[in-house]
Amino acid sequence: MERKTVFKGRLLPYLLVAPQLLITIVFFFWPAGQAVWFAFLRQDAFGIRTSFVGLENFQDLFADPLYLETLRNTLVFAAGVSCIALGTALLLAVMADRQIRGAGLYRTLLVWPYAIAPAIAAVLWIFLFHPQIGMLGRALNGAGIPFDYKLNGNQAMLVVILAAAWKQVSYNFIFFLAGLQSIPKSVLEAAAIDGARPAYRFWTVTFPLLSPTTFFLLVVNLVYAFFETFGVIDALTKGGPGRATETLIYRAYIDGRVNLDLGMSSAQSVVLMLVVILLTAVQFRFIERRVHY
Amino acid sequence: MATLDLAGIRKSFGPVEVLHGVDLAVRDGEMIVIVGASGCGKSTLLRIVAGLESPSGGRVAIAGRDVTALEPAERDIAMVFQNYALYPHMTVAQNMGYGLKIRGLPRAEIERRVREAAALLGIEALLDRRPRQLSGGQRQRVAMGRAIVREPKLFLFDEPLSNLDAKLRVQMRAEIRRLQKRLGVTSLFVTHDQVEAMTLGDRLVVMHQGHAAQVATPMEVFERPADTYVAGFIGSPAMNFLSGRLAEGGRAVALGAGPLIRFADGPRPGQEGEPVTIGIRPEHVRPDPAGLALAIDLVEPLGSETVVHGRLPGGEALVVKLAGAAPRDGALAVALPPEALHVFRAEDGKRLDP
Repeated sequence: MERKTVFKGRLLPYLLVAPQLLITIVFFFWPAGQAVWFAFLRQDAFGIRTSFVGLENFQDLFADPLYLETLRNTLVFAAGVSCIALGTALLLAVMADRQIRGAGLYRTLLVWPYAIAPAIAAVLWIFLFHPQIGMLGRALNGAGIPFDYKLNGNQAMLVVILAAAWKQVSYNFIFFLAGLQSIPKSVLEAAAIDGARPAYRFWTVTFPLLSPTTFFLLVVNLVYAFFETFGVIDALTKGGPGRATETLIYRAYIDGRVNLDLGMSSAQSVVLMLVVILLTAVQFRFIERRVHY
Repeated sequence: MATLDLAGIRKSFGPVEVLHGVDLAVRDGEMIVIVGASGCGKSTLLRIVAGLESPSGGRVAIAGRDVTALEPAERDIAMVFQNYALYPHMTVAQNMGYGLKIRGLPRAEIERRVREAAALLGIEALLDRRPRQLSGGQRQRVAMGRAIVREPKLFLFDEPLSNLDAKLRVQMRAEIRRLQKRLGVTSLFVTHDQVEAMTLGDRLVVMHQGHAAQVATPMEVFERPADTYVAGFIGSPAMNFLSGRLAEGGRAVALGAGPLIRFADGPRPGQEGEPVTIGIRPEHVRPDPAGLALAIDLVEPLGSETVVHGRLPGGEALVVKLAGAAPRDGALAVALPPEALHVFRAEDGKRLDP
C-alpha cells in the first residue's frame, strides 16, 4: 500500500526536499553544465584568451585516431571487467547459497574487497604481478614466461582488468546471493522431481530467474568500468605502457589536468555523460518492460 | 501405477527426532491422506518419499524397488506443492512439458501429452500464459497438469489446497478426487484439514508427534478411533472426553459426573476401578428429560443445528450438537447413549475394545 502524505502548507514540502536538491545542483548540475559549456570553448596555451568554437572540439575528437584507439581500449576493458566480475561473483554466490559450514564467515569475507580503496587495491595487485617484487610476476618469469605489465600492453590490460574486476566482485556477489535466495526453494525442488540434474536445473531455472539481477548488475558494472576505475588504472599503469590501458575517463583526466586542454577534456566528459545516460535509459526501459516474476 | 512401502521411517534434524519409525503399505491405485496438526511430521514424511529429504533410518520402496538412496529424479514421481512451485519464467505449456523435455521426448509427443492433460483439466486456453497471469485455482490446475503429463508411478500432494479460498477448495477437492480415480495413480496427500482428509482418502494416516497414530479408512477412523488424539482430531466439534472408572468387572463405567453406564457391546479388559476416559461425540449426546443436568454457558446456532457448550454436575465440560434450535432456558438435561461411547485407557489414551 502506498500512503500519501498531505501537507497543509506550501513551504514545508519544498523545505524538506531542498537539501537533496541543493546537493544535486551544486555537485552535479553545476559542474555538468560547466563541462557542457567548456566543450564549446577553446583556450590558448596560456589561458589568456577563450573563444567559442562550436562543435570543433567534438570534430577534432572523433577525427583523432588516438581517441578511437582509447575507445577500443575502453570497450575491451569494460567487457573484460564486467564478464570476469559477473562470472566470478555468480560462481561464488552459488557456492555460498548452499548450506555449508561457516557460510556466514565466508559471505563476510567475500564482501571485504568492496571496502578497500582503489589505490590500495592496486598496490595489492602490484605486489602480486610486479615482475621484480610481485609473487606471481616473479613466479611467471621464473617459469620462463616473460611477464612485465610495464612493458607489454596486453599484459598491462590483463592486470588492470583483473584488479578492477576484483573490486567489483563483492558488490555483484551480494546482489547475486540476494537474487538466489529470493528464488523459492520449492521451484527448484519441483525441477528436481521433474528430473532435472543440478547443472540443467541451474541453466533452465535458476539462471533465467536471476536474469533481472544479472541485467541490472551488467549495467552497473559497465558504468563502473567506464567511469569509476580511474583510481585503479592511475595507481597501476597510468594508462601505459604507451596508451595500452588508457580508457576514456583516463584520457579525459590527462587532457584536462596534464595537457590543460579544458575544451577537449570537457568535450570528452560530455561524450561520457551521454554514454551513462544511454546506459541508464536502457536499464530503466528494460526493467519497466519485463523482469518482475 | 505402483505400490508404495514405507518401513520404519525415521528422521532426525540434529538431536531432534521428528519421525519415530513410520510403517505404511500403500496399495496400487490407492489414495492415502496423511493428516495431522502442524509439526507432526507429515510433510517431512512426504518429502522423504519424494527424495527431497533423506531418512535417518528405514526404507522407501516404490513398486517393490528400493528407492531410499535414489535422487528425486530417479523415483518416477510427481509432486504438487502448496505454493504450486510453477516456473515463473515459462508459459503454462512449457511448465507442463519441462519434465518431458528432460526425458528427451520428441516435441510432437510432448505437445500431444500437454494438450491432453490441459483438456482434462480445462486449461487449454491458458497454455500460452505465464503463471503470474493466472488465478490461484488456475495455477493449481497447471501444477496438477505438470504432475499428470509425466504419467508417474506416484502422485504426491503437499497441502495443495491450503492457498485457495474456501469455495474453490471444495471444488478442487472434488476435482482432484475424480481425477485420481480416473487415472488410478497411487497417491499420497498431505493435509491438516480433517474434511479434506475424510473426503479424499481411501485410507487415512493420522500422524501425531512423529508416529502414525492410526492407519484406517475414514469411517473406521471416525467410528473406532485408535486413541484419544485421533478421536479428538477427527470430527467437528471435537469429541467430548469424560473421566470415569471401570465397574462391575469391566461391564460398566462409573463416570466422574455421577451415573453408572453399562457398555452396550460387552466388558472391557482391566481391573475394577481402573481409570478410563470415555469419549462421546457431540452429535451422539441426546436430550433426555430424565438425564444429567447440563449447565449451559454458550450456545452457537448454526441454522440447521445448534452447538451447546455446558458443564456437567462434576464440573466437566460437555459439548452437545442438537438438531434444530437451542433450548430456550439456561439448562438442558442430556443422556449419554451406551452404544455411542468410546472407551480409552486413561493411562496412555489407547482404545479399549471388548
